[in-house]
Amino acid sequence: MSVNIQIDSISKKYADVMALNNISLSIKSGELFGFIGPDGAGKTSLFRILTSLLLPTSGKASIGEFDVVKDYKKIRQNTGYMPGRFSLYLDLTVEENLDFYASIFNTTVKENYELIKDIYVQIEPFKKRRAGDLSGGMKQKLALSCALIHSPHLIILDEPTTGVDAVSRMEFWELLKKMQKMGMTIIVSTPYMDEAALCDRVALMQNGNLLAVDTPNNIVKSYKGSLFAVKAYNMHKLLDDLGSLGDTSQVFRFGETIHITSTINDDKVYMESVNKQLIDKGYKDISIHKVNPVIEDCFLSLMDKDVE
Amino acid sequence: MLNRAKIIEVENLVKKFGSFTANDNLTFDVYKGEIFGFLGANGAGKTSAIRILCGLSPPTSGKAIVAGYDVAKYPNKVKANIGYMSQKFSLYNDMTVKENFRFYGGIYGLSKKQIVDKTNYFLEKLEMEKTRNVVLSEIPLGWKQKLAFSVAIIHDPKVVFLDEPTGGVDPITRRQFWEMIYENADKGTTVFVTTHYMDEAEYCERVSIMSEGKIEALDTPANLKSTYGVNSMNDVFIKIARG
Repeated sequence: MSVNIQIDSISKKYADVMALNNISLSIKSGELFGFIGPDGAGKTSLFRILTSLLLPTSGKASIGEFDVVKDYKKIRQNTGYMPGRFSLYLDLTVEENLDFYASIFNTTVKENYELIKDIYVQIEPFKKRRAGDLSGGMKQKLALSCALIHSPHLIILDEPTTGVDAVSRMEFWELLKKMQKMGMTIIVSTPYMDEAALCDRVALMQNGNLLAVDTPNNIVKSYKGSLFAVKAYNMHKLLDDLGSLGDTSQVFRFGETIHITSTINDDKVYMESVNKQLIDKGYKDISIHKVNPVIEDCFLSLMDKDVE
Repeated sequence: MLNRAKIIEVENLVKKFGSFTANDNLTFDVYKGEIFGFLGANGAGKTSAIRILCGLSPPTSGKAIVAGYDVAKYPNKVKANIGYMSQKFSLYNDMTVKENFRFYGGIYGLSKKQIVDKTNYFLEKLEMEKTRNVVLSEIPLGWKQKLAFSVAIIHDPKVVFLDEPTGGVDPITRRQFWEMIYENADKGTTVFVTTHYMDEAEYCERVSIMSEGKIEALDTPANLKSTYGVNSMNDVFIKIARG
């Protein structure tokens, strides 16, 4: 079944707050599509509209041939949803939760076991344990199993990796890739910018607006100016001093380096000028080299413009 | 670092829940004004250790001295001398900004005048004076987290524990938050911080990485990277946590 997703001018207003501001975009059947943005960007509102759990203030959205408002029953039958907040029954066991969700959708765990096997085997040793007594990582695997149990064509995952450690995050994304190969369309949201690179296409979101929608590669390519990573002894002071540099549009700490963006065309001239200015200020062990931007650089630059 | 005062001293600390060992013989020190990153996989035992260091849960065996007090013997003295904030619990959503300051200031025994002065100081510093009478639930998460940090240090604690303070926060605010951390560490406050953002691990002076209840590595980010022969803290973390 084709599940092309069409979002047309969707807005959602809560009292005075515009949670979604006239959002339009389409997602292709079979895509692994990411919504990247911080808390308050509007990701959850959009997901709840797509899963028919929330009515838009205005605009339309459809999944395949089904309208998210009119055909909500069909939408629910064909969509798996893993909310950001753990919402399974804490006093039911792992097994009972899974059986319960299967029976709601008129199916059995046995019938769709193949689909959840890879994930479920990891929690199966604890199947008699109450969901409330599971660790965070195991809860998340149970939630995903429950969201998949009715064999949906589309699965929508709201921040499945928030609060999850770097290793478990990696494993979770491997799972998503596998599900995609099985033919599923996947929509996922995350506040972690580095996870954008793992999606086919992403929408960068902030305050209810789309900042950009494209492949991670194209977003990175569209970065304006040359980006350099600078390092020296006393990084904290360096951040202040780089902030007052000329010909520089953006200065942000990035792990062990500081990323600065040049506004002039000649990279060599720029690097020499920065180097000289830092030497004059008494810095030692200066290292400066050109780097390729990552999604977070792009997000920071788009956010800056949004503020202006 | 040898001549810096120790603010946290942990020696052979063990915490058991039934037959499960959550903290397996932890030994480490944290110094005055240090930014100490406390990392580990989910379930590695971080929360259990932080609860002990905050005087909320007694160790099964071993010793921990925080801000000059033994956590097992004087848990309330420990609580009075530390600050705490987490992503999950920080401030009261149904009180205004001012009320939150007053409430926490009162809990920590500040005088009325001290509370007023501190409230003014922080609101001016954060450029959030307009939010003084706004109910917290109406304030964006990033601002909330900056307020929560200010409230956590309202009583000038020797050490502040930050449990995933930047989870879900936008990338600009995340960096501003770290600016606040640096500024307070420079003033001498010890910062004990957990995070799942590996770029933030780079901002710490030293980082410990826990796995299955044990501290598997503890060093500066630069030394950890060279020890494990990798280029990023993310790779260090994955090497240790995957074993």
